[in-house]
Amino acid sequence: MEPTLTRRLLPFLGPVLFFVVWYGVVVLGLVNKVLLPSPFETVAFLANSLVKGVMVIDIWATFERTAIAFACAAAVGVPLGIALGSSETAYRSVEFLIDFFRSTPSSALIPLFLLIFGITDANKIAIAAFAAVLVILFNSAYGVMHARKTRILAARVMGANAWDIFRDVLLMESLSQTFVGLRNGISMALVIVIVAEMFIGSETGLGHRIIDAQQVLNVKDMYASILVTGALGYLLNVAFLVMEKRFIHWSGK
Amino acid sequence: MSDMLTDAAGLPVMLTRDRTHITVRGLYKSFAGSPLYENFDLDIPEGRIISIFGPNGCGKSTLMNMIAGLIPVDQGEILFDGKTLKQTRIGYVFQQYREALFPWIRAIDNIAYPLKRMGLGKPQVKARVDELVAEFDIRFDLNRYPYELSGGQQQTVCIMRALAPRPEVLFLDEPFSALDYEMTLFIRDKLQDIYLKTGVTMVIVSHNLEDAVFLADKILLLTRRPTRIADYMPFDLARPRNPASMSESSFVATKAHALEIFQREVRA
Ligand SMILES: Nc1ncnc2c1ncn2[C@@H]1O[C@H](COP(=O)(O)OP(=O)(O)O)[C@@H](O)[C@H]1O
Ligand SMILES: [Mg+2]
Repeated sequence: MEPTLTRRLLPFLGPVLFFVVWYGVVVLGLVNKVLLPSPFETVAFLANSLVKGVMVIDIWATFERTAIAFACAAAVGVPLGIALGSSETAYRSVEFLIDFFRSTPSSALIPLFLLIFGITDANKIAIAAFAAVLVILFNSAYGVMHARKTRILAARVMGANAWDIFRDVLLMESLSQTFVGLRNGISMALVIVIVAEMFIGSETGLGHRIIDAQQVLNVKDMYASILVTGALGYLLNVAFLVMEKRFIHWSGK
Repeated sequence: MSDMLTDAAGLPVMLTRDRTHITVRGLYKSFAGSPLYENFDLDIPEGRIISIFGPNGCGKSTLMNMIAGLIPVDQGEILFDGKTLKQTRIGYVFQQYREALFPWIRAIDNIAYPLKRMGLGKPQVKARVDELVAEFDIRFDLNRYPYELSGGQQQTVCIMRALAPRPEVLFLDEPFSALDYEMTLFIRDKLQDIYLKTGVTMVIVSHNLEDAVFLADKILLLTRRPTRIADYMPFDLARPRNPASMSESSFVATKAHALEIFQREVRA
């Protein structure tokens, strides 16, 4: 009883410690109060803006852009990745390109996308989708390419033709890696959407809200918005983990 | 060699001459320029259990995989009763059962998979699977996913899956090596049961001499690379064989003879 209770409380230790240190720093005056409000003030401000609904518009705007970018990236990345992964020659011929752009910080391409799309919502979505699609494509292709050789042979011995093997083995084998790609892809999309909202003229979105608050030194709003952005990213990640556990029940087994 | 088995008509099997099932002629296979098999010939009799035994890396798996069509031959001809592999139904049991089963479908659907690939209808598939379940006297829940089963249960599912289409030949590559001793005895027994019921030709690769001899009608002993046949010993002990068979003099003598040849080959 006793050890299990301690065990269950363990995950809360980190966050509590975080707020205690934050509070301590503020109370001891280690940081200028103008730059760092107390955690209670921040959380109170956050609750207030959520209830009054002013922040909800920004949360929704960011979420919508991220979701659209992600949906586009998944719709292109998964089928293309699986197709590339099933042909060694096809993948090898574009491998360098994928690796190169995957290693290029997508934020470096923002000016380029500005030239193409101008200061529009489509621009923010396009660049986030571009960043996400590479991650998703790479993971799906990797999942197919690293399918267990034994399973492919087993299917072949049982009379499966190339299409059967693709559908019954390669595709299924790639699913758990595809989910890794989707999870990383949506995180990537969120990162880029936030950056784009900060620096590509925007009227809504959490990125816009954070930088706006910073400019007028409304630090409570800034910290509250940062916390909400973090929560959004965290929840998206958790949602995908839950879906993965549900649909890819064999993952890691 | 005397044979205690009798056929359906009550005639001793030794009077009905063994028919050859699989013929391997002029087989050539090399890896990275160094030959593994050169001008290799082999006959595998029909309705018998053949064990392949030899030093590690001598090419037991490669030989079986070439016969089963899992890897291509460089040169040579392999025929099944005069037919090609494409015209022959085979079953294959892998050593790595975990990597051979499909974890995304239930054990029972794994068993049904080859039947579906053959284009059988739902009722026929179900009938055949039910028949296998009865034959194997399965006591665990086949509606579970493979990763929920023990190693021995998973290998049992693999064997059922391989036997589902009623293959003419069943290939098994070290089917026991990932199992504990208790499971090995159980599966060995099951294989003998199935063999006595169906008379399917079996080719078993084993690195355990006891397993190799226990199941075999003939034991194929291979040399080190480049691989040749060191001996192709018959072993006619009556079936069903049981754990007591392992202390019979013919068992002990056969095992000792095989070991002697094996040691000579490893030293050579
Ligand atoms: N794909 C391959 N490429 C290169 N060498 C291989 C390959 N497959 C097998 N070999 C070599 O062929 C020999 C026989 O392998 P294998 O048939 O697996 O041996 P065994 O099953 O008797 O232990 C080994 O020396 C192995 O290194
Ligand atoms: Mg082997």
